[in-house]
Amino acid sequence: MDGLKNLITNNIRKFGMVIALVGIVILFQILTGGILLTPLNVTNIIMQNSYIIVLAIGMMLIIITGEIDLSVGSVAAFIGAVSGVLLVTLDLPVIVGILLCLLLGAIIGAWQGFWVAYVNIPSFIVTLAGMLIFRGLTLVVLEGRTIAPFPNGFRSLSSSFMPDAFGTELHMLTIIIGVLLSLAYVLYELRVRRTDLKYSFKTTSFPLFVLKIFIITVVINVFTFVLAQYEGIPYVLIVLLVLILGYTFVMNKTVIGRHIYALGGNINAAQLSGVKTKKMKFWVFVNMGTLAALSGLIFAGRLNAATPQAGNLFELDAIAAAVIGGASFTGGVGTIFGAVIGALVMGVLNNGMSIMGIGIDWQQAIKGLVLLGAVAFDVLNKNK
Amino acid sequence: MAEMILEMKSITKTFPGVKALDDVNFKVKQGEIHALIGENGAGKSTLMKVLSGVHPHGTYDGSIIFHGKECEFKNINESEDLGIVIIHQELALIPELSIAENIFLGNEQARKGVIDWNKTITETKKLLEKVGLKVDPQEQIKNIGVGQQQLVEIAKALSKEVKLLILDEPTAALNEEDSENLLNLLLEFKKQGMTSIMISHKLKELLKVSDTITVLRDGQTIQSYGVKENEVTEARIIKDMVGRDLSNLFPDRTYNIKDNKVFEVKNWSAYHPLDTEKKILDDVNLHVKQGEIVGIAGLMGAGRTELAMSIFGKSYGKRITGQLYKGGEEVTFKDVPDAVKHGVAYVSENRKEYGLILVDSVKNNLTLANLTKVANNNILNTSQEVVEAESLKSKINIKTPSIQQKTINLSGGNQQKVVLGKWMFTDPDVLILDEPTRGIDVGAKFEIYKLINELAAQGKSIIMISSELPELLGMCDRIYTLCEGKITGDIPKEEANQETLMTYMTQNWRS
Repeated sequence: MDGLKNLITNNIRKFGMVIALVGIVILFQILTGGILLTPLNVTNIIMQNSYIIVLAIGMMLIIITGEIDLSVGSVAAFIGAVSGVLLVTLDLPVIVGILLCLLLGAIIGAWQGFWVAYVNIPSFIVTLAGMLIFRGLTLVVLEGRTIAPFPNGFRSLSSSFMPDAFGTELHMLTIIIGVLLSLAYVLYELRVRRTDLKYSFKTTSFPLFVLKIFIITVVINVFTFVLAQYEGIPYVLIVLLVLILGYTFVMNKTVIGRHIYALGGNINAAQLSGVKTKKMKFWVFVNMGTLAALSGLIFAGRLNAATPQAGNLFELDAIAAAVIGGASFTGGVGTIFGAVIGALVMGVLNNGMSIMGIGIDWQQAIKGLVLLGAVAFDVLNKNK
Repeated sequence: MAEMILEMKSITKTFPGVKALDDVNFKVKQGEIHALIGENGAGKSTLMKVLSGVHPHGTYDGSIIFHGKECEFKNINESEDLGIVIIHQELALIPELSIAENIFLGNEQARKGVIDWNKTITETKKLLEKVGLKVDPQEQIKNIGVGQQQLVEIAKALSKEVKLLILDEPTAALNEEDSENLLNLLLEFKKQGMTSIMISHKLKELLKVSDTITVLRDGQTIQSYGVKENEVTEARIIKDMVGRDLSNLFPDRTYNIKDNKVFEVKNWSAYHPLDTEKKILDDVNLHVKQGEIVGIAGLMGAGRTELAMSIFGKSYGKRITGQLYKGGEEVTFKDVPDAVKHGVAYVSENRKEYGLILVDSVKNNLTLANLTKVANNNILNTSQEVVEAESLKSKINIKTPSIQQKTINLSGGNQQKVVLGKWMFTDPDVLILDEPTRGIDVGAKFEIYKLINELAAQGKSIIMISSELPELLGMCDRIYTLCEGKITGDIPKEEANQETLMTYMTQNWRS
């Protein structure tokens, strides 16, 4: 029994934000009279927040290295504008346009990374400049107008769903994917447990292990079942899943990830331990640029237009998501999973308050308070 | 007998695991210049911190009597109010502010919160005149030289109506001319009746200006004597500074020294990274054999850490020249990974700033410098990593509840073991250990020594930098002395004692 109690207290600290997210979801589910978790709205929440989640992942890496990027909103807007020119005005093939845009994002990241890593200009300054530069260039590229509409192939990235081969009322493919995902998850957990036993590490007791698998399997399948009641799995969700799993793997299981954490934790010690700190910082910015570009593309596709106002204040949403998700501005701390949870907390707040008909004025104020509260909770929790 | 301005009686100050001051008695006469000397770590600075209230009353035992009254300082302000002013080795001036602003910082000449600039400037002029500094009071600190900055610090002290001026290594950063000026100034103040305490390593200048010398050693007062009446010599001071019992502090060792020079540094020079005209290392030559423990002795500022870091992947300095030989072949280390690849490891003197990722776990710190050992194509085998970390943990006896514990929660000795373990994990041939036992308790020191001995017995070559001469004498087979960036001696164990080392370490300053 003590073990269970320990497990719970440990996990409350570890998964504090997950619990907060669940709390917020339940709260708004009640306040909106059950609208929040309808299949249509769940799909909406995912699609509305996809571009912020993409940014939050990149921002998490930036903040882990102890830096900041204020330019991501402007970069996203700029890339959206460029994609408009490439795909609409010049009528390039969609895939070529997308690849060119991602490449351009990487180059922008390299530009900012160069100043931060090799010239030692504080990232706050470099990306503040970038925020102005790329907002300005967005207007230059668009000549102050809006470019629309995008070709259908491009729009599907952010607004289409996986087709259903079965043609039933319930989206069967989605259900099947859910089952396959949970199966993959169970196999993964079993493999981890087998390795742990092989190395004779301490493992959780078998009932707890089963309980954990059971809960997560249920969550996955309930989620896909909800989606299946509407249009099924949106393509952008697949993009998100690949990013989340991929970056989690890189950060936890590769030399690069470990070097990024070390660099953020103590740059001097990391350097004297053989971490190529400048190179690493540079590439984290290149990565951010690429993800900002992807975010800009998703947003442009969802809006079906390249507009000068796109991406306004995205940087603040991304930073808020990372911070709510447990990033520390002193660097060295944070997880990809946390960034996603942070983005969802903000996303559900937005969505829930909009459904309730709360004005944009109060929404802003409440989001600000939640941000402050989340960080305060974290700081107090750590001091205990 | 002259009146005592200050008496510190039976001062005992302990830090966790270390007795920094042990029943120290220290008396200063009214109107004299009193020299306080001792090795690095002998307790001089701690004693002055107790006196000035940096270590407040209640954190130490013993009593302070100033002007015949017992004092219980809770902070620096209280001691300054009585006229005890300390000038630290690192100057505490703000570069972007003017001389006048710096002098009256925290003591602004103001009426109802509005600064009276006319008064500030006139007062500053008067003070600058007293210290013989002819510069505009409105000049920014960053535009004047170090020697002049030192004088500004003294002027600042004078502005507080100082009765007892304490100078910690005032001439360490000064050239000969500036030092001369400063010493003359102290003599001038003495004529006017001011009392000063001066901490310095430069024996020659101490003998020139001071009236009384007190020697501290291992946190104890060893001797206190008048300079004139006792015909004190440098040799006598050195002997008092260093003589002590060395038995039982060091573990037994299995010798396994081979004749081949594993690592050699030739004609090594380097310049200061910011002031590229200032030579920090000057034609250094040294080598270490397989299984040998070689020491580098030198006073603060001699260039010990700079030497180690410039070798270790050019982590310090500009315009580095010279050759490195590893196993007889010339090598170049363009960066840290290069040095690690060639089997060289460097344990920094400052484990918190340069050694550990404090927010990270013991495990992640241990494996950081050689992650490829537990990775395939850059993908970590985290299970293997745990096994390796666990085995290192038990091998070097790191006391932690788990290898997942953050290193910030470990004691100093255990943190140091983690740093050592990190470098053992890279399986180096040459380990450069910079102050490997700084700030850790006696028991942990012994364990670190044992570890170093074991590494040497395995055939590793060790270069050990230390401020503690007994430590070098107890551990090393051979000791180089470094003075102002030059190697001044290469002394085999048999010929080494603290007197000879100290003589070589201060060679350039005495000649």
